[in-house]
Amino acid sequence: MEGLMPINYYIFLALALFCIGVVGVLTRRNAIIIFMCIELMLNAVNLLLVAFSKMHHLNVLQTNPATNVGTDAQLFVFFIMVVSAAEVSVGLAIIVMMYRNTHSIDINFLNRLKH
Amino acid sequence: MNNVLNYIWLVPLLPLVGFLINGLGRNFLSKTLVSIIGCGVLLISFAVSVYIFMSVKSGNHEVVKLFDFISAGTLSIPFEFQVDALSSLFLLIITGVGFLIHLYSTAYMHEESNAHFARYFAYLNLFIFSMLLLVLGGNYVIMFIGWEGVGLCSYLLIGYWFKNTDYNNAARKAFIMNRIGDLGFLLAVFWMIQQFGSTSFGEVFSKANGISVAVLTGITLLLFVGATGKSAQIPLYTWLPDAMAGPTPVSALIHAATMVTAGIYMIARSNVLYTLAPVSQSVVAIVGLATAILAATIAIKQNDIKKVLAYSTVSQLGYMFLGLGVGAYTGAVFHVMTHAFFKALLFLGAGSVIHAMHHEQDIRNMGGLKKKLPVTHLTFLLGCIAIAGIPPFSGFFSKDEILAAAYEASPVYWIIGVAGAMMTAFYMFRLYASTFLGTFRGTEKQEHHLHESPAAMTIPLIVLAVLAVMGGLVGIPKVFAENAHSLEHFLSPIFAQSEELVKKEHALDHTKEIGLMAASVILALIAIVYAVNRFSKKPELQEAEGLGKVLANKWYVDELYDAIIGKPLKAISTFFNNVIEKSGIDGFVNGIGVGVQYASRQLRLLQSGQVGSYILLMVLGTIILMIVQLFVS
Repeated sequence: MEGLMPINYYIFLALALFCIGVVGVLTRRNAIIIFMCIELMLNAVNLLLVAFSKMHHLNVLQTNPATNVGTDAQLFVFFIMVVSAAEVSVGLAIIVMMYRNTHSIDINFLNRLKH
Repeated sequence: MNNVLNYIWLVPLLPLVGFLINGLGRNFLSKTLVSIIGCGVLLISFAVSVYIFMSVKSGNHEVVKLFDFISAGTLSIPFEFQVDALSSLFLLIITGVGFLIHLYSTAYMHEESNAHFARYFAYLNLFIFSMLLLVLGGNYVIMFIGWEGVGLCSYLLIGYWFKNTDYNNAARKAFIMNRIGDLGFLLAVFWMIQQFGSTSFGEVFSKANGISVAVLTGITLLLFVGATGKSAQIPLYTWLPDAMAGPTPVSALIHAATMVTAGIYMIARSNVLYTLAPVSQSVVAIVGLATAILAATIAIKQNDIKKVLAYSTVSQLGYMFLGLGVGAYTGAVFHVMTHAFFKALLFLGAGSVIHAMHHEQDIRNMGGLKKKLPVTHLTFLLGCIAIAGIPPFSGFFSKDEILAAAYEASPVYWIIGVAGAMMTAFYMFRLYASTFLGTFRGTEKQEHHLHESPAAMTIPLIVLAVLAVMGGLVGIPKVFAENAHSLEHFLSPIFAQSEELVKKEHALDHTKEIGLMAASVILALIAIVYAVNRFSKKPELQEAEGLGKVLANKWYVDELYDAIIGKPLKAISTFFNNVIEKSGIDGFVNGIGVGVQYASRQLRLLQSGQVGSYILLMVLGTIILMIVQLFVS
């Protein structure tokens, strides 16, 4: 196991990315930046998923060299990427429509829900 | 042979059918058809009753169980009819007198419109049905159903002319007074179920010996409360005089002949319980006597022909309760029977007079009707003699039997009773003399229209007059002829258990009994002669003064009730309405409403529509959940 980074570093990195994402969503008013921050949070989670998956797979390999246990989460991450790509296309379409209607992508204009 | 008693359900069913047809078809049926249905069902009922009476007379009696009415746990209350001497006698009175009064009503109510005419007969038939249920019921619960039914019909018929507010008030008064009594009856039934585990007469009476006297006294007193309501005794009698607001045949049927005797029937039926509870018996006797004398004094000064008869009814009911209280059950039932004859006769006679006078009821505006209404006059006179207790008319025998038994219990009862009887003779002949003797005092128009009533009204009068004259002959006392009291013989199985418990030897010797009779008859005769002399020439036209004014105002009992019950109750209701309801209940309810509105107005601010604030709250919530997850659990 030498030469491999301990899992803690991955966790701290993912946590840092996630917090940056959260703060970005909370503080910024530009819809595109908010969108990017959401992507950041999503990728922080993906990173954590891959890291844990790899760690788990290596642990099981020591007892059973022929196993593929723990690799499914790495596959799962690809699915998440595909879904988020689809989601981005919808989200960007909404932002485009929003810009067409209001000539702005400031989300504070999107407060009509209360009426 | 097929047992005739199994057809007993026909007797109450027929009036019910009559009620349904007349009630539902009141808008299409003609008056003739309604009369035929209304009277016809009763005539058939009467025929069946006679048949059953004959069967009972030959020693046949049983409890006919129709179906299970209430079945809960160990308690089982079947729908059963008790057919025996007492109920079959009442069947005859109810259907017989009832038929005559129905017949009379066809003429009396003829001015009403078709729908109202049918409504009247529907109510009348429903009343007969309820009354039959009351006397036929084989347990206290079935009796109670009838008991409530007659109360309802009484209410409906007193308020028959419902456009008049006074009449509606009278109807409500009757209903409420009856409800007070009914509550007593109901409590007695509950207590009975708790003690005996049954309400069937046979079972209750056979177990009564093993129950403590205190409990029996409680039950019988509660039953008596029911009787004071239904049978108009102190303190609940005030509804009956007001009940005269109804049509006169209704007064004759419900408020003289049948419904008001329900209390007497109930106590006579429960005679075993009362014999075992001497305290209750004394209460019954004293209340009966007090009512008899109080109502008689009031009747002396009344000027409304129906009011006099109403107070007279209250007074006679008092005598019946006196009879029950001193253990003369046969005497009381006998008086119910004779009273049904002569009081129905008097009421129908009064109705005939009112009909002829175009709804004039004040005797001060009558007088000299003797020549114009010969049949009414003669039958009314016979009724007056019968109620005054002159031999050999029916009232004499029954009243004398009660008074003789009262003397055995206590001479004081007898003295007060005879004083009441004397007053009865006095006010009845005051009424007779003011109405039929002397000269006519009404308007010329009324005099011009005076006419004898049609045959449908006079025939019942004649039949009832014959019964009022001859009816006493079924109960000739032992003094005159041994074993001539056929009614006592007939009813003896009902009262056998009580007789056994008391085992009283007839202490009253024959000379003394004849002496007592003679005394009461002579006193009544003196009262009659005095009343006729005094009122035929110059009747009381001016308002009464002094004691007379107190009597004319009914001892101010209504005012007293109003002051001690009505007014405080109204004050309490006003207090509850204005203070408790408006500040308390309304404040509480409105407070909740205002609170919710305020809270929601504050909460509403959270929904700002700012997406950023929503996200912030979401993140905060997630953090809180994480903290809870990590540190609390």
